[in-house]
Amino acid sequence: MNEKRLILGDQAVALGALHAGISGVYAYPGTPSTEITEYIQQSPLARERGVYSDWCTNEKTAMEAALGVSFIGKRALVCMKHVGMNVAADAFVNSAMTGTHGGLVVLAADDPSMHSSQNEQDSRFYGKFAMVPIFEPSTQQEAYEMTRAAFDLSEKMKLPVLMRLTTRMAHSRAVVTLAPPREPNALSFSEDRSRWVLLPVNARRRYIEVIEDQKELRQQSEVSSYNRYLPGGPRGVVACGIAYNYLMENFPDGCDRTVLKVSQYPLPLEPLRKMMAECEEILVLEDGQPFVEDQLRGLLDESGKIKGRMSGQLPRTGELTPDNVRKALGLPDRALNAPCEYVVPRPPALCAGCGHRDVYTILNEVAKEYENSKIFSDIGCYTLGALPPFRAIDSCVDMGASITMAKGAADGGLFPAIAVIGDSTFTHSGITGLLDAVNSKANITVIISDNLTTAMTGGQDSAGTGKLESICLGIGVEREHVRVVVPMAKNYDEIRRVLREEIEYSGVSVVIPRRECIQTLKRHLKQAKS
Amino acid sequence: MKRDIILSGVGGQGILSIAAIIGEAALRKGLYVKQAEVHGMSQRGGDVQSNLRLSSEPIYSDLIPQGATDAIIAMEPMEALRYLPYLSPEGWIVTNSATFVNIPNYPDEAQLLDVLRRRPHVILVDADTLAKDNGMPRAVNMVLLGAASAILGLDAELLEAAVAGLFAAKGADVVDMNVRAFRLGREAGTQQVKKAGHAE
Repeated sequence: MNEKRLILGDQAVALGALHAGISGVYAYPGTPSTEITEYIQQSPLARERGVYSDWCTNEKTAMEAALGVSFIGKRALVCMKHVGMNVAADAFVNSAMTGTHGGLVVLAADDPSMHSSQNEQDSRFYGKFAMVPIFEPSTQQEAYEMTRAAFDLSEKMKLPVLMRLTTRMAHSRAVVTLAPPREPNALSFSEDRSRWVLLPVNARRRYIEVIEDQKELRQQSEVSSYNRYLPGGPRGVVACGIAYNYLMENFPDGCDRTVLKVSQYPLPLEPLRKMMAECEEILVLEDGQPFVEDQLRGLLDESGKIKGRMSGQLPRTGELTPDNVRKALGLPDRALNAPCEYVVPRPPALCAGCGHRDVYTILNEVAKEYENSKIFSDIGCYTLGALPPFRAIDSCVDMGASITMAKGAADGGLFPAIAVIGDSTFTHSGITGLLDAVNSKANITVIISDNLTTAMTGGQDSAGTGKLESICLGIGVEREHVRVVVPMAKNYDEIRRVLREEIEYSGVSVVIPRRECIQTLKRHLKQAKS
Repeated sequence: MKRDIILSGVGGQGILSIAAIIGEAALRKGLYVKQAEVHGMSQRGGDVQSNLRLSSEPIYSDLIPQGATDAIIAMEPMEALRYLPYLSPEGWIVTNSATFVNIPNYPDEAQLLDVLRRRPHVILVDADTLAKDNGMPRAVNMVLLGAASAILGLDAELLEAAVAGLFAAKGADVVDMNVRAFRLGREAGTQQVKKAGHAE
């Protein structure tokens, strides 16, 4: 009998990839994708097979390294959160242009409702943009099986396959039945050497091939067992990925609608034409942006038959739930308890004992000494410095934007322009911005709040640990303006003095408050004890 | 059989361990299980919840619909009340009565407990004190799980076996402590159910 496990959707993807015979997983941590790589790092099979699983510096380096694995005929998985797709986009879009040799699956975990993110962009747009197949499982079992199938499809079509999860699939557990693992691929090279060299002369030829491939991709979606047409009543529903579950949840005694379950893209045309001809209306349920609804409506659709987020049947923003789907289906409301009037929000906060707290305590004090001081921050635990009691930061945009926004503001005449960035975010996307600042002698003060880990996602290794000073010096920050302090109450006087001196210095200075994350410290102490 | 459960608390209070144990016990009973968790930003001292669904029939949604929850199991009284619109009219609230105050505008404790006491089906245990007084301050969540076991419809033996399984790697002492915490909570929970005159 095949083994069964109660696992997260993320872990089902991890096992699917391992059992598809990957030689490596390449990723930067990001909620809700982190657990995929972590699972492979802990897997005995991965260890036995020597599957590469170290964290990468960012999503772009991850994507490119995985493409290198594919180049030599082996299989690789790349994992990231949705905004990581923006970082990897250059490599991702062009990996469709080169095509793949060994199977290459790119997993993007989207976060509608922004549980732990700064936007709710839908990665399916990237898949369509790059003209690659997209898989969107609706159950953990499908997540396992479709990951395996994605590698086969990638090798068959010589294209990367985009696998898309949303938070509730990534972070929900169900029992998954496993199948016997496949062996990893042996080393081999693709016969067409020129398609890997995207000189215009090669790329033009290749682009036509990719466009030609679209017909076959569409056909495959139409015969795919992951897309199903289930005839029912005169009202039609297109249910994508986990939206299918919310639909069926509302029909415990059988669904009276005609349903097209979609888990593989490009969209299958035939069943959609059939539904358009046979149904009075088509309600599109998709967890994320109205990707399918927009395609079905187009700009000029006058039929009024296509309903969804754009037509107002469903909220335009936020994740799907059984409740908002129920409403969109036109089913009667349930009787509900009223919310309790005394309940107040409990926002997340920096941990007690966290070094970022000490940094903000003193930085707030020093910054107040200047009329126009602005603090540009970044993505990480320290973004919580925006909330009370600190209310310390003036911006948080994307990985690395603290340094470059401070530089731009300083270029334009702001003083003091202060950047606060974490160690992992600095190596992810801060280094190049710091080089810009050094080259133009921008008058900025960069605080790299170093807790020796990637803390927000649960304490993964940080690429810059032990290297931050040498990176800054190597880029050209002057030695006397790379300052290290230990963020603890007993050092407040020193930190205050160092911050004042470096703000007053006219040029690029870097202050590195360094103290281990309180969470990883607890874990390390526990490990040392046992 | 169907049990839709919301586990709630503050990041770090150990609701995922409770979920893992109930899930394991349900699997041993041959039930279908789905469990949606919260990872990421809110784990930093924010409110966290997990939707745990057990059923003898296949389960579709990972999230429980509003008004359909059979039991809210909460490590903290305000976090129990946060999910009231999700509770079914006949649903139970099993909550720790000890508050976790990490925000400046935490509501009046007496008011919260009063709202809870007026609910028709509630088990209110001071799991913090019970655990502390019995020398197991780190097993508060197991006390609460024990209290909830009075209304979960899963055999205590199955749950105890799952408790032991979860802590097995940490040695016999840790297993023993957590099983004792579970029994302590179960006794308190069962008493309250009896006192309220509810048959389970």
